[in-house]
Amino acid sequence: MTSVGSADFIRILPELVLSGFALLVMMLEPVTPAGKKTVLGWVSVVGVILAGLAAAAIAFFPGSAFSASISNDGYSVYLIELLLLIALLTLLGSMAYLERDAIDHGEYYALILMATAGGAFMVASTELIMVFIGLEISSISTYILAGYKRGELQSNESSVKYFLLGSFATAFFLYGIAFVYGLTGTTNLDVIRETLVNSPSSANPQLLWLAVILMFVGLAFKVSTAPFQIWTPDVYQGAPAPVTAYLSTAPKAAAFAVLVRLLIGSFGHVASAGPLIFWLLWISAVLTMCLGNLAALWQSNVKRLLAYSSIAHAGYILVGVTAGGAEGTSSVLFYLGGYALMNVGAFILVAHLAGADERRTDVEDFTGLAADRPGMAACLTVFMLSLAGFPSTVGFFAKFYVFRAAMHAHLTGLTVIALLNSVVSVYYYLRLVVAMYMGEGKTQVNEASIPRALGFAIAVSLIGIFFLGLFPSGLLSDLTSLHVPWL
Amino acid sequence: MEILLLLMLLPPLAGAALNGIFGRRFSHGLVSVIGCGSAGIAAIFAIAAALTSHLGPDTPPFVHGYFTWIQAGSFRTDFALYYDRLTLIMTLVVTVIGFLIHMYSRGYMEHEGGYYRFFCYLNLFLFMMLVLITAGSYPVMFVGWEGVGLCSYLLIGFYFPKKSASDAGKKAFIVTRIGDAGFTVGVALLFWTFGTVNFPELFPKVAALGLGDQQHTLTAACLLLFLGAVGKSAQLPLYVWLPDAMEGPTPVSALIHAATMVTAGVYMVARSNVLFVHAPEALKTVSAVGCITAFFAATIALCQNDLKRMLAYSTISQLGYMFTGCGVAVFSSGIFHLMTHACFKALLFLAAGSVMHAMSGELDMRIMGGLRHKMPTTFWTFLIATLAISGVPGFAGFFSKDGILAATYSGPLGSPWLYWLLTITAGLTAFYMFRGLFMTFCGKSRVPHDLEHHVHESSSKMTVPLMILAVFSIVAGYVGIPEVLGGSERFDHFLEPVFGSSQNLLASNGVAAAHTASELVLMIGSLTAAGVGILVAYWFYLRSPEIPEGLATAFSGAYRTLVNKYYVDEFYNWLIVQPVVVGSRKFLWQFVDTGVIDGAVNGSAEATADVGQVLRRIQSGNIRSYAAWVLLGAVGWLGYLLLR
Repeated sequence: MTSVGSADFIRILPELVLSGFALLVMMLEPVTPAGKKTVLGWVSVVGVILAGLAAAAIAFFPGSAFSASISNDGYSVYLIELLLLIALLTLLGSMAYLERDAIDHGEYYALILMATAGGAFMVASTELIMVFIGLEISSISTYILAGYKRGELQSNESSVKYFLLGSFATAFFLYGIAFVYGLTGTTNLDVIRETLVNSPSSANPQLLWLAVILMFVGLAFKVSTAPFQIWTPDVYQGAPAPVTAYLSTAPKAAAFAVLVRLLIGSFGHVASAGPLIFWLLWISAVLTMCLGNLAALWQSNVKRLLAYSSIAHAGYILVGVTAGGAEGTSSVLFYLGGYALMNVGAFILVAHLAGADERRTDVEDFTGLAADRPGMAACLTVFMLSLAGFPSTVGFFAKFYVFRAAMHAHLTGLTVIALLNSVVSVYYYLRLVVAMYMGEGKTQVNEASIPRALGFAIAVSLIGIFFLGLFPSGLLSDLTSLHVPWL
Repeated sequence: MEILLLLMLLPPLAGAALNGIFGRRFSHGLVSVIGCGSAGIAAIFAIAAALTSHLGPDTPPFVHGYFTWIQAGSFRTDFALYYDRLTLIMTLVVTVIGFLIHMYSRGYMEHEGGYYRFFCYLNLFLFMMLVLITAGSYPVMFVGWEGVGLCSYLLIGFYFPKKSASDAGKKAFIVTRIGDAGFTVGVALLFWTFGTVNFPELFPKVAALGLGDQQHTLTAACLLLFLGAVGKSAQLPLYVWLPDAMEGPTPVSALIHAATMVTAGVYMVARSNVLFVHAPEALKTVSAVGCITAFFAATIALCQNDLKRMLAYSTISQLGYMFTGCGVAVFSSGIFHLMTHACFKALLFLAAGSVMHAMSGELDMRIMGGLRHKMPTTFWTFLIATLAISGVPGFAGFFSKDGILAATYSGPLGSPWLYWLLTITAGLTAFYMFRGLFMTFCGKSRVPHDLEHHVHESSSKMTVPLMILAVFSIVAGYVGIPEVLGGSERFDHFLEPVFGSSQNLLASNGVAAAHTASELVLMIGSLTAAGVGILVAYWFYLRSPEIPEGLATAFSGAYRTLVNKYYVDEFYNWLIVQPVVVGSRKFLWQFVDTGVIDGAVNGSAEATADVGQVLRRIQSGNIRSYAAWVLLGAVGWLGYLLLR
């Protein structure tokens, strides 16, 4: 055991800030008068911003911490900043929502911070045990968040389903880690890579691939790839909409980050693993895209529709992972960023439009919205178009880069399937737009104009969507030149 | 010079853009200032270009390439303009008559909707027509060629809410497309053979050939080019669109469908004279088609009761004269007639428009009559134009028509039957034109009572252009007085640099017609025909109006055939339109589109949706079955590991 120094703590500063603010919120909660809990939301916003500054700062101290269990590199910094952005947008989108639905509990904000801290550990960690701990921190927080509307049956159902199935899947992940440790004598991803690359015959290949598959199952559950997506629609629909915004983006981004580190970063370097990992990802990508898009066609509930859409997007991201290499990785990272902007934006806006207690979440309820609320309808349209991948929005370039990486990796078949899926998806995204603009106004949106914090969050998403949709190359070239050892 | 040409070309384009973009917000006054002003500026610079060009008998044509337009492999075309004496005449005709018709339109369109739209199209047409006649290569000419076609389509269908108008627009567009296809193939053939389609390179190359070299290629290319001309200039068998084109506003009929666009085919043949003289067979086709069309259209005009339609058939007939002139290789006679015809036919149409204006849109000559007293200016100008087109000595048409008739007899490729047929046609022309004049302006008024009180002379906005054109209809002929009448044929000599070498080529190869006859004798022949025509018209329609009715009954079969225009439209409908429509509906639409394409699209969409339905059912909401799915997935992957 090497000694622990101050550098170690500096390199996990964002996580420390998040955890500290989470504890602060928990301590302030009892002394905050009822009805004033939104203050805690603002405290959390401050915490997230400070963590963001901390993450920016530690980018200048690259290196590993705590006996090489944390790697502070460009990859982890980008992902931590992304998780913090998601957390920020979610917090801003939640405050008015909680007030409206009279959920007067400050722990909500602490749980968001906690889940984000867990996610940050996941993306920064190069140690499987640490990854697992991060995964658990983030998972348990989100299990609670999913059931935050205690009075509502659907919310409770969502929480229980998520918890039971999540635990089930985590077990697979842990089982895989145990196999890896048994075969290589280590749980450090860098060491595993070196061991396997330098002496390929040191581990029984069949057992090794068994371990890879078990860990993949655990992560596949989190990113909801077919056939492990089964929980997604029920949980996303039942959870409070701002929580769904978070659930559909932050844990997914973190799990994808781990998946890339694991499959591209470590095991992908083992020559004999090539075909297995390739087909694992290829088949998953195809199944996930097709299943997500086809099932979304029939959804009449907007939250459920977006749940299937998020499954489909996981499929597109998997195309980028399948492509692999530096180009595939950077396209995945770009996609995760763009996807977070549009998906969080869409969900928090839907949360607002759905009205008190989310009574209006059917596509029909959005009919004629454009006449009543042209501004909100326009925003939602932008989110839908971006999700569908229309040019000048980030959704277009996200898909474009992923497909380009796939073409460069000679994955023509996969790209064609992805493109066809993309075509199918336009139907259900536009269905909502058509309903808003062409239907006769039967809705009475009695919601007051958009709350300021929510409006700010939506504005941030829109600016991001258009900025990256018009000038995508800056971010992409930054992501392409991440100096990480395993690429 | 290159600047002058641009200054001539660009104002109409700018005018079209201004009126097209902002016209909706402009007042009528401003729209007409822009529209007429730009046409006027174009006319001024056309005159300036003519005066300063100093094209001597031996100076080569002025050519200027403004920029490289198309560059692909060995194919290169500049946006080049070409200015020689032929261009000079054409630009003067187009801009001056164009300007007068713009001025006239201010009055005519005053109370019609879409005032700014009309002037926008009219300006755009003027620009495209100028591109066509100043083009330095076939591709650039084709731009103008298609551009005027587009404007023609837009303007015929100007009253587009009226079905017959929009149908007429479509008909014109589609029929001329047939010719345009020939034109493009012909140009491609020329490029393929000679490696260039730019006039300054192509013409010398062809001129250097002996008569008989590349005979077949040139004949094919010329016939294809002529097919384009047949479509554009409404000759047999593609003339059917022009009578229907009368649905457009009357100034359009005057400008596009009488004076300028329809003569583009004649211009193109004349411009390509070097090619055509190397293909005498093609030239003979040109004269035969022209001559037969002239006669054929004149017979139809005999029995038309619609004033504008009668003039339309007359236009087709006169265009036939021009083609005959070109076809016997006396190109200058064709261009001379083009010029005089532009004056008097524009005048006829504008006068007809004036009548139409007074009669609240009515064009049926059977309910006119006696308008002479109420519309004296219109009557007198119409009379002058009628005298001109009938070939009465002293008026413009006499000189130019006589030039063509002389050419058909003694031109290099002339032949007596051309002369006789055209002479008979001249008689028919005199007859139907005077018939129209008498029915409209003379005799007793047959105007229905409710229209009668409204009949009035048009405003000076309309009558002043009429008077100017009337002057042109007289004096335009005096630039080419034939030698027998003591003239010097200045017009022919003026165009000598353009056509001379072509005509010499045929002469020096002994193709010159053996038929020689005194031009004076030929002239007497045509004058006799015209005189008989006028007298018969007078007899039939002023002295004893019962005669034509008697004749119509006596020869009812022939009469009905003529009234129904030889049933050509019905024949085309039966032969081409119906099969295409039925084939499109039954096969392309109902079978291919609905059955195969829609079937495939909708089928795959339904299949997609069906799969979605199945997937939705998997989502039972039951947590045990969910766990089973997760397990199944894990087992599936492990099974894959074991089996691979």
